[in-house]
Amino acid sequence: MSERLLGLLAEFADAAQLRGAVLRARHERYADIEAYSPYPVDGLTEAMGVRRGHVPFWMLLGAIGGGGFTYWLEWYSAAVNYPINIGGRPTFSWPAFLPPALEMTLLWAVLLGVLAILVGNRLPRVHHPLFAVRAFDRASSDRFFLLLRASDPRFEPRRAREFLQTLSPLSISEVME
Amino acid sequence: MSAVIPNDALPPVIEPGQNASTITTEISAVTLQRPTGWLWIIGLLISLASSGLLFVGICWLLYAGVGIWGLNIPVAWSFAIANYVWWIAIGMGGTFISAGMYLARQPWRNSINRFAEAMTVFAVSVSGIFPILHLGRPWFFYWLFPYPDVMNVWPQWRSSLEWDFWAILAYLIVSIVYWYIGMLPDLATLRDRAPTLAKARFYGLLALGWRGEARHWLRFEQFNLITAGIAVALVFSVHSMVALDFSEGLVPGWHETIFPPFFIAGALFSGFAMVLVLGIPLRRFFGLQAFLNDRHIVNMAKMMLCAGLFVDYSYFSEIFTAFYSMDRYDLAMTLHRLYGAYAWAFWGTILFNALNIQLLWFPRVRRSHAAVFVISIGVLIGMWLERFMLVVSSLYEDFVPSAWGMFWPTFWDLAFLAGSVGLFFLMFLLFARLLPVLSMFELRKLAHQSGSGAVERGGEP
Repeated sequence: MSERLLGLLAEFADAAQLRGAVLRARHERYADIEAYSPYPVDGLTEAMGVRRGHVPFWMLLGAIGGGGFTYWLEWYSAAVNYPINIGGRPTFSWPAFLPPALEMTLLWAVLLGVLAILVGNRLPRVHHPLFAVRAFDRASSDRFFLLLRASDPRFEPRRAREFLQTLSPLSISEVME
Repeated sequence: MSAVIPNDALPPVIEPGQNASTITTEISAVTLQRPTGWLWIIGLLISLASSGLLFVGICWLLYAGVGIWGLNIPVAWSFAIANYVWWIAIGMGGTFISAGMYLARQPWRNSINRFAEAMTVFAVSVSGIFPILHLGRPWFFYWLFPYPDVMNVWPQWRSSLEWDFWAILAYLIVSIVYWYIGMLPDLATLRDRAPTLAKARFYGLLALGWRGEARHWLRFEQFNLITAGIAVALVFSVHSMVALDFSEGLVPGWHETIFPPFFIAGALFSGFAMVLVLGIPLRRFFGLQAFLNDRHIVNMAKMMLCAGLFVDYSYFSEIFTAFYSMDRYDLAMTLHRLYGAYAWAFWGTILFNALNIQLLWFPRVRRSHAAVFVISIGVLIGMWLERFMLVVSSLYEDFVPSAWGMFWPTFWDLAFLAGSVGLFFLMFLLFARLLPVLSMFELRKLAHQSGSGAVERGGEP
C-alpha cells in the first residue's frame, strides 16, 4: 500500500444533499467523481451523467443464446444425430421442444446478467482503499458519500478540499491508495 | 376492498419514525448482536435430528432401492412425487411475492421478500431430492442431461419428465442467484457493522466488496427489474411443467387441460401459507414488529384466500367436468375419489383448503396472528393431502380392475416426509441466524419515500 492520494471523500447526511453535491461537482467540471449511497437514490445516476449500462443487453444476449442453443441441440440430437422413426412421426417435434428451450432462455438471461453486473461493477473485489476510511463504514447504513478522484485532471488537493467545504459536508477524509 | 375494511385501520408498512439508521441498527442487530435463543437451539436440534433421519433414509434407499417405500405397481408415484410437488409449490409463492409484487410496486412486500426468497431456495432444494431418488437408479440422474456419451443416446425431448428436469434446474439456479445478488448490499452492511474481525471477513467475502457506488446500484436495479420479470415467467412455466407431468399421462384424473393453471393457483396458495407460517414466528421471536405488522399479515391472508378460491374452483371444475363428459373412466375415478379407499384424503383436502380458509373473510380473523398461523398450517396440510390425493387416487384404480391395488406408506415414506420438513427448517433456521432476514436497503428506500406519503397510500394488494 503506497501512500498515494486516491481522492477526497465528503460525507453527507441525506440523499438530496448528495445529489446536489454531485451536480455542483459536475458544474465545477470535476469528471472523475463517484457517489455512494446505502440504497438506490432516484435521479442520482442521471445527476452523475452515467449512461445506462450494458446489463439489459447482456441479458438479452443470454436469453437468445441460451434458448437458441438449446433449441438447436434438440433439433440436432433428434433430427440429425440420432433420428428415430416412430410411426412416421416427425423427428423434429418443434412444439414439444419448446419447453426446455424456454427454461434455458430464462436461465441464461439471468446468468449473463449476473456476469454483467459482476464484471461491470468490477466485483468481486474484497479489499478497496475506501474500506480503510473509518467514516465509510456508514456508507452501507445511513450516510452518503461523494468521492473526488485524484486522477481527475481538475483535481488539486487544496482547491478540491475548499470546494468540498462549500458543500457543507459532515466530514472530509483523505483516501490513500 | 376499502369499502369492506377501512384502509386507515391498518398500520403503515413500517413504523412511523423509522429511518435509515434505525432500520440498519435494528435489522443488523438480529444477525450480529442478538443472543442465540434457546427456542432457536431447540428448533435446530429437532431439525438436525429430522434431517439426520432423512440422511439415513437416503443412504438406505441408495443401498436397498426404492422398494423401501410403499410404492409399487399400480401406485408407482405416491409420497415421493407428492412431496416433490408440495415443496416446489411452496417455493413458487416466495418467488411470486418477491418478483410479482416488485413488478406491481407493492411497498409492503419489502418487509417480506428476503425471507420469502430464502424460503423459495430451501423449498426448491428440498423438492429436488425426491424426483432424483424416485428414479430407481438415482446415480444415473445425469442421463437427463444431453451430454456427448459413448452410447450416443440423447434425452427424450418430448417427455414432460425431461421438461421438468430443465424447469427445476433453471428455477433452482435462478432463485439462488436472485436471492444472493439481492442480498449483496445487506451483506455489505453486516460486513461494515461486524463486531469482530472474523465476522467482518465472513460477511466481507460474501458481500464480494459491494460499496454502493451509483454505478453499482444502476446495474443492480436493472438486473433486479429484468430478473423479477423472468422470475414471474419462471413461476408460471415451471409449475405448468410440473402439472404437465400429470396431464401428459392418460390416467383418468390426470389427463386434464385444467392442470397447469390449477397447479399454479395451488402453488401460490401453499407458498403464501408457508410465508405466513414462517413470518409470524419470525416477527415475534426476532423482534421485527416495526417492520412486519398487521398490514403485512392481513394482506398476505387476503392473497392466500384469493389463491385458495381459485384452487377450490378447480376442485369443483374437475368434478363437474367428469360428470359433464360422461366418460366412464373419469366418472369412476371421481366417484372413487369421493367415496373410495382414499376418500379421507379428498375430504381432508376440502376441509383444509376449502372450508378452513373461509374464516379469512372475517376481518377479525385476518387480524389475529394466531388464527392466521393456524389456518396457514391447515392450508399446508391440505395442500399436501391434495397432492397425495391427485397422485394416489388416480393410480390405484385406473382402467382394468385386475390391475387395481392399494398403496400403504411404510416407515420410510413417513421418514422422508418428516426429514424433508426437518431439512427445510434446518436451512431456514441457519438463514435466520446468519444472514439478513429482512431487506435493509429496500426498507431504507421505503422509509425515505414514506416522507412523501407513498407508503401510507399504496399498501393494499
